[in-house]
Amino acid sequence: MQDSEIQKELTEKEEQSAVAKVFNYRLVKEKTAGGLMYILTIASLVLVVVMGIGLYLKSAPIFEEHSLGELIFSSNWRPLKGQFGFMPFIAGTVWVTVVAVLWVLPISLLTAIFLTEYAKSYVKKYVFPALDILAGLPSVIYGVWGTLLIIPWISNKFAPHFVDFSTGYTVLAGGIVLGVMILPLLVSLFIEIFSSLPTELRDASTSLGATKWQTSKKVVLKKSFPGIMASVVLAISRAMGETIAILMVCGNLPEVPRSILDACYPIPALIANNYGEMLSLPQYEAALMFAALILFVVVLVFNVISRVILYRVEKSYA
Amino acid sequence: MKHFEEQMMRFLMFVATLIVFGFVFSIVYAILKQGWGSMSWDMITKLPGGGFYIGKEGGFLNAIVGSLYIVGASTILGLIISIPVVFFLNVYLKSQSKTAYIARLAYDVLFGIPSIVYGAFGFTIMIYFGLRTSVLGGIIVITLLIIPIFIRSMDEVARNFPRDILDATYSLGATRWETIAVVLRQIAPGIATATLLSIGRAIGDAAAVLFTSGYSDSIPTSLSQPAATLPLAVFFQLSSPIKEVQNRAYAAALVLTIIVLILSILGRLISSKFSKNKL
Repeated sequence: MQDSEIQKELTEKEEQSAVAKVFNYRLVKEKTAGGLMYILTIASLVLVVVMGIGLYLKSAPIFEEHSLGELIFSSNWRPLKGQFGFMPFIAGTVWVTVVAVLWVLPISLLTAIFLTEYAKSYVKKYVFPALDILAGLPSVIYGVWGTLLIIPWISNKFAPHFVDFSTGYTVLAGGIVLGVMILPLLVSLFIEIFSSLPTELRDASTSLGATKWQTSKKVVLKKSFPGIMASVVLAISRAMGETIAILMVCGNLPEVPRSILDACYPIPALIANNYGEMLSLPQYEAALMFAALILFVVVLVFNVISRVILYRVEKSYA
Repeated sequence: MKHFEEQMMRFLMFVATLIVFGFVFSIVYAILKQGWGSMSWDMITKLPGGGFYIGKEGGFLNAIVGSLYIVGASTILGLIISIPVVFFLNVYLKSQSKTAYIARLAYDVLFGIPSIVYGAFGFTIMIYFGLRTSVLGGIIVITLLIIPIFIRSMDEVARNFPRDILDATYSLGATRWETIAVVLRQIAPGIATATLLSIGRAIGDAAAVLFTSGYSDSIPTSLSQPAATLPLAVFFQLSSPIKEVQNRAYAAALVLTIIVLILSILGRLISSKFSKNKL
């Protein structure tokens, strides 16, 4: 009897305080808004996870008949016969990306050093908008540029020195186009890293009689090495996912390329090219979703590693 | 010796920068030259007519309107979703917060995920809900694609937002939510440049809409109809063997390039105008 009375009293008190809270609607607004925004913010993380799970579930049927090793290392791509070897596509992606990074890394490093260490502000006033334009141009425009200029150049001028005949739709073409596409990203990441380096370090070096280049080489480049590596990894992951431009210039033959003058067929091009047909064969759809899953996982891992390193770099000098 | 090295490196750096310029001019010039030759008034004011894909008359108004629909809607949706997130990250959470760190990392990762993966993922979701390729699908996927860009570029601006202003509003008795008006006014230029950046990315993306909004020769009249987009108009028409159709691809590429160039110039103007008298 007494217990229930106390209980009653307690609930009444609770109700009263709840009523008081409701009346302070400004605080309620603050809290609900906060809660909603918290959900929105966390949704980003959820989206990453859901994407991974969704792609895995969709590609699961293919694991029933093929092992992971077989899928990745086999070169037999005959979807109609149920053979799904992804080696040609993985090799194509790696070849194109390596070619792109190899030629564009020295150029972007030199440009970034030039802009942070040497250039006067009026030079920057012209270079930055140019980089902006490069960064803003859509993938398909790079593809058109590739087919207009790069393909004929390879086919008529470059390839005849090495092979009898080339259509121009090659690893090299993909590498060149992709390189130009990641150039602005690399330059802007490098500039950010170099300019976060304290000026005192440079002053110390020059006061010992080092020239500007010696300072750049032995202080700036050396100090920012982790950041440079992280940027390159980030650029690689960007390059691997590029689709339309690559689709337009790579030739799209499902064979492992043996030289940079062979055609290749990177993973994104495979997905984009076959999406219409894939619904007719469940295994085929699963295979293409597996291709998307490979891309997703590699890009995810590369991005997390490089971003964490870049955050640290940013923080250490901030 | 070291001065020789210095001179040589200087020269190489100069050359590298020139190469960057060379690429910009080469691309813009190639597109302008090829596009201008095949441009006509009909291209941007007419829908594809009968026999369009074997070189008969018509234009690509369907692609221009389709792109505008999708980009317009997803930009507005993107703004509505990302402004609260940026506000939450910078006002509600402390700068050392673990949640903020993880959320920023997640958005950076989402920014890095290729649009083709967004497309494939969006496509599976659409099948799950029984949707066909449609404007709606395109809008959803493009919104997901540009939210990370919105958030990360606004966040860059909001992070440098002076804390004193927040303290001033708190001392006047405002709750954290009520400071939103002050914060928004302060980061307005950042919102503007982020919007332009996102529009640029949204209008140029082909891989994501390839799966989700499909392609059609007419202007969509409802959300459930497929729509053409400019990048896909370029891509599909360029693969045609017929000269006239290819020329239309170049004209569409020209339109797309001009839009992107205008966005880029506007972005520069806004950021330079506001960085002069920043607080």
